[in-house]
Amino acid sequence: MPSLTHLQQLEAESIEIMREVVAQAENPVMLYSVGKDSAAMLHVAKKAFFPSPPPFPLLHVDTTWKFQEMYKLREKAAKEAGMELIVYKNPEAEAQGINPFDHGPLHTDMWKTEGLKQALDKYGFDAAFGGARRDEEKSRAKERVFSFRSENHQWDPKNQRPEIWSLYNARKAKGESIRVFPMSNWTELDIWQYIRLENIEIVPLYFAAPRPTVERDGLLLMVDDERFPLNEGEEPVTRSVRFRTLGCYPLTGAVESEAASLNEVIQEMLLTTTSERQGRAIDHDASASMEKKKQQGYF
Amino acid sequence: MVDAQSYQAEALIGQDIEAYLAAHEEKTMLRFITCGSVDDGKSTLIGRLLYDSKMIFDDQLSALEAASKKSGTQGEAIDFALLVDGLAAEREQGITIDVAYRFFATEKRKFIVADTPGHEQYTRNMVTGASTADLAVLLVDARQGILTQTRRHAYLVHLLGIKHIVLAVNKMDLVDFDQMRFDEIVADFTHFAANLEMTPPLAIPISGLAGDNITQKSANTPWYAGPALLPHLETVELAEDAAQQAPFAMPVQWVNRPNLDFRGFSGRLAGGTVKPGDKVRIVPSGKTSTIASIVTMAADASQCDLAEAVAGQSVTLTLKDEIDCSRGDVIAAADNPPLAADRFEASLVWMDETEMLPGRAYELRIGTQAVSARIQAPKYAVNVNNMEHLAAASLGLNEIGVVELATDRPVVFAPFADSQKLGSFVLIDKLTNATVAAGMLHFSLRRAHNIHWQAVDVDRAAHAALKGQQPKILWFTGLSGSGKSTIANALEKKLHANGKHTFLLDGDNVRHGLNKDLGFTDADRIENIRRIGEVAKLMTDAGLIVLTAFISPFRAERDMVRALVPAGDFIEVHVDTPLDVAERRDVKGLYKKARAGTLKNFTGIDSPYEPPETPEIVVNTTELSADEAADVIIAYLDKH
Ligand SMILES: Nc1nc2c(ncn2[C@@H]2O[C@H](COP(=O)(O)OP(=O)(O)OP(=O)(O)O)[C@@H](O)[C@H]2O)c(=O)[nH]1
Ligand SMILES: [Mg+2]
Repeated sequence: MPSLTHLQQLEAESIEIMREVVAQAENPVMLYSVGKDSAAMLHVAKKAFFPSPPPFPLLHVDTTWKFQEMYKLREKAAKEAGMELIVYKNPEAEAQGINPFDHGPLHTDMWKTEGLKQALDKYGFDAAFGGARRDEEKSRAKERVFSFRSENHQWDPKNQRPEIWSLYNARKAKGESIRVFPMSNWTELDIWQYIRLENIEIVPLYFAAPRPTVERDGLLLMVDDERFPLNEGEEPVTRSVRFRTLGCYPLTGAVESEAASLNEVIQEMLLTTTSERQGRAIDHDASASMEKKKQQGYF
Repeated sequence: MVDAQSYQAEALIGQDIEAYLAAHEEKTMLRFITCGSVDDGKSTLIGRLLYDSKMIFDDQLSALEAASKKSGTQGEAIDFALLVDGLAAEREQGITIDVAYRFFATEKRKFIVADTPGHEQYTRNMVTGASTADLAVLLVDARQGILTQTRRHAYLVHLLGIKHIVLAVNKMDLVDFDQMRFDEIVADFTHFAANLEMTPPLAIPISGLAGDNITQKSANTPWYAGPALLPHLETVELAEDAAQQAPFAMPVQWVNRPNLDFRGFSGRLAGGTVKPGDKVRIVPSGKTSTIASIVTMAADASQCDLAEAVAGQSVTLTLKDEIDCSRGDVIAAADNPPLAADRFEASLVWMDETEMLPGRAYELRIGTQAVSARIQAPKYAVNVNNMEHLAAASLGLNEIGVVELATDRPVVFAPFADSQKLGSFVLIDKLTNATVAAGMLHFSLRRAHNIHWQAVDVDRAAHAALKGQQPKILWFTGLSGSGKSTIANALEKKLHANGKHTFLLDGDNVRHGLNKDLGFTDADRIENIRRIGEVAKLMTDAGLIVLTAFISPFRAERDMVRALVPAGDFIEVHVDTPLDVAERRDVKGLYKKARAGTLKNFTGIDSPYEPPETPEIVVNTTELSADEAADVIIAYLDKH
């Protein structure tokens, strides 16, 4: 038999991790953000437990500001996987009408960071799968596959539990929880290749199409619905754009592109000279901002 | 070479993406680490590899340039280490604290590299990175030569079974690319490696900072005949390929049971290959069956059965027969299954601030099995400088030694030298949940096999029946002077008066005889309780109701005794007297001595007491007299 290819190895490792969580945790959940990484992770989960459906629910921590096309795929993907979909919206953020236009960083804090903590507490989930990869960002490159959070959901990067071989230790004290990153060792290119090989459905926003856009603070934003407040004299311009990563539409920058097929997207990605997260407003601040966010409980 | 390669790759990506992806999909993957002493240039080397293989994007490069000026160690020039040292604390101190994983690819292979910390303090993070590596690049600063940490890492890498080691003599630019210096260091290391019975590694003179002998041979070292680092990494053999040659074995992770018609066993192959029709044996039960199918998910339903699976793959197997098999079992080749045993010799790397406690029960994880294990005092610890064996009573943080251990039931295993997956284990502290040690099994000890239980006809039930009572252990625990002995005494009198057969084991009477060789260190306290527990168990086998009155400060040991007898037979009685009350009573004057410092390791003063979390009975002596307390316990016994 020839050696396993790198994608076969990565898939086997991710499957092993998911099964360990199901065997060791009491009440696991999979965080599902509808992006391409979530799509790949969900696909691996389906393979890990086939012919059973994955034995845990999907959780979407919603901000009400995602792209419309994401909401559409969310329902469909959960149904096809035969999994329960839990959508959680932070009621305080909802009541206060927190939005990315008026509230800046508070938007992410309340909807995502707070919303996630509330959802995990509400349902008593003790292990949550996330699709984060170590190649995304410097502090993620340092995080264990099984990453522990204190009762207040905090990460202590200077005191991580040793993680030896594949002998994952999911034991935890009452109140503590675990974030598990089964896709830790995948790169952006691996994810794309896997999507291509396994024919995984992703949100069409990843492919170039003419879309209404405006330029704000160096980011090309898509006017996805009527809530987008246009400035005096500002007119949406139709441009051929696509997205390298998906989040809240007012915070996610598009790139101008003609890449309308998977091969073309991968080709463009390979020839590009800027890193993926540049399109996200959240990481722009300080070098160590993601580390700080995670210490506060951001996924 | 990489430059030329990546240029070709770029052309191919532009012209024929399909062909490029097809080629890329077939690439294998090598996992390696950089290790060595503090500041030898591990992080810098990885930064260099990423940079040279064009993994650094423009925006990252400009951020790096800015960061280098602000907190770099290279003045105005780029400090490549900052690409890898991602934690704020690391960037502030210019050191690596935890392992970082980085990714890059060449035309031939994909690489996952783990940058490990050089500081001794963070050895467990180094072990974390090394445990999944196929290869280790051991760096040496050409000016410093081989240091203690270099030897420690070399030994750990060897111990963890990493087959390929590269000795990278770094910072050659700072010694004028001097061949003599290089040869000297290599000879020094070869001498050390001989102690380890390790084949001398490939040695390469490099400069991580300047890029010499990294992607291609450097003009600065015309005297060096070997390969540059990256071409070597592209060609070494992968660990998983070797695992395919081993006999088939798969630890069961999870039983897949969607409905009554399907029962599959999910796991990742630890070794060998498997096909439908293969005869298999479930260990430890020894039952045999035949593989019916290897199931996977595929878009096309006819593709859901695989013809074969190999080491490293995660699959779900179905068997032809309905036999008992669950998580922890190993499905293996019928004619060559791994063995099961309950006593072992093993190497241990201790990774916790709290030192190893011989006699304490830890959770041992091996494959998908979890059992309780007790370690004996080390046979020896290893001096990492010269591999000398040192006498040791225990192992502290980052110490390495050889121990014997016993598990509470047989575990399926293979010697680590034969199988990384079936021979590696971790120990977990049951109270803190911390992973405290990584272990490598050498072999099983025969002794366990030879002790056969003498089958007796007059058994526990027969003894109890003759006495007309249900044997129990009434385990009193509490601070010194809390009233354990007084209450136990009162209780025994009442039970005796009721015609019960009882026996009271008390701190003082046992300490004078059975346990007179033991002191009051943590390790001795554990052994003390272990012996009392075993004696109490034998007495319950004889049909007695046993009362014990010992401080027994640690939860783990009380739970250990609880596990010795059938559920319900162990009754924990917490004599809950607050410290200040017990101290005020100070019947034996011990608290005074402890406070004065003339009595060491005194529970409640300079040694901890861990109160029971869910005792069967709690007695509050500030509210009840000893006689009333005894009545409370009798009432409990009547009810249960
Ligand atoms: N001149 C020269 N300097 C180097 C070379 N490699 C590394 N350095 C410098 O040596 C210092 C330490 O480098 P690091 O890469 O941080 O060392 P490290 O081994 O990762 O250190 P720890 O992870 O903290 O153990 C930095 O100032 C580097 O710039 C080299 O090849 N030549
Ligand atoms: Mg370093």
